[in-house]
Amino acid sequence: MLNSIPPQRFKAGDHVRVLDRPSIGHCRTPVYLRGRSGIIIGVAGRYLDPEKLAYHKPGMPAHLLYRIRFRQVNIWDTYTGTDADDLEADIFEYWLENATKENKK
Amino acid sequence: MSGHNHDHSHAPVSDMPTLISKYEVLETAIRELLQEHGLISAADIHAQIDTTESLNAELGAKIIAKAWADLAFKQHLVENPRKMLGDMGINVGSIAELKVVENSEELHNVVVCTLCSCYPRMILGAPPAWYKSTAYRSRVVREPRKVLAEFGVDVPDSTKIRVLDSTADLRFLVIPMRPDGTDGLQEEALAKLVTRDSMIGTGLAQQMVKSSD
Repeated sequence: MLNSIPPQRFKAGDHVRVLDRPSIGHCRTPVYLRGRSGIIIGVAGRYLDPEKLAYHKPGMPAHLLYRIRFRQVNIWDTYTGTDADDLEADIFEYWLENATKENKK
Repeated sequence: MSGHNHDHSHAPVSDMPTLISKYEVLETAIRELLQEHGLISAADIHAQIDTTESLNAELGAKIIAKAWADLAFKQHLVENPRKMLGDMGINVGSIAELKVVENSEELHNVVVCTLCSCYPRMILGAPPAWYKSTAYRSRVVREPRKVLAEFGVDVPDSTKIRVLDSTADLRFLVIPMRPDGTDGLQEEALAKLVTRDSMIGTGLAQQMVKSSD
């Protein structure tokens, strides 16, 4: 089925890693978070695909958008704040994979 | 200048006549086409410009003051901002979802859009120039404490800093900490203490000025 909605892959509390791959054109996944791991704190909802909307396509199917919390010390090797400091960003499901021990940076 | 007399033609009045981008040319062409075909009028365009430019952070300050004064409202605002603002007559509209977060002694939220300039415009108006600058966008995620100090906000190490990067379809509004000594104040007086920057997280609410001094 062309427009079937895929099942939700992640839930709150899951450790996930942002895929470290290049993107072509318009994309809402910041480069500084690619390859970084964080914890899902919630599902923001389903939203039209910005990577298609930007090129005047309908943006279907809509994708799940997750709210993800990253520890700053896991993002930056030279972070100068405190260990507790964190950062939240919203990342689409197709940019995420399960975090494993090996990739849990 | 009307009295001078020579044979060259003057360029039309413009702020930066040599810096018209291809997007400005595109915008002008589309706007003129829409007008020529009678789809929109010049009055429609100016009415929309007026609406857009009339939005400013006063609306946000009113919301924050109400949240400070009414704890039940604040709780509902955090849980369901669209409904609570709708009840106040504020239409969050077709834009992305709004999320409201609260600053405290334990947690200081600060908002950025590293990818462009996403901002809760329907509540705070147009973003300030620094919010759109590459310097703010690239630095506040990497060294938030240093950037906040440059804004005059020294966050102690005992307070966690949380950077909210508006990467996709959510927009963020910060409820700053209510200043001390404001217990007896009405909402209107409270709203005067709420600065635009305090609702982005790059500032604090203003302290009370002692009238007896």
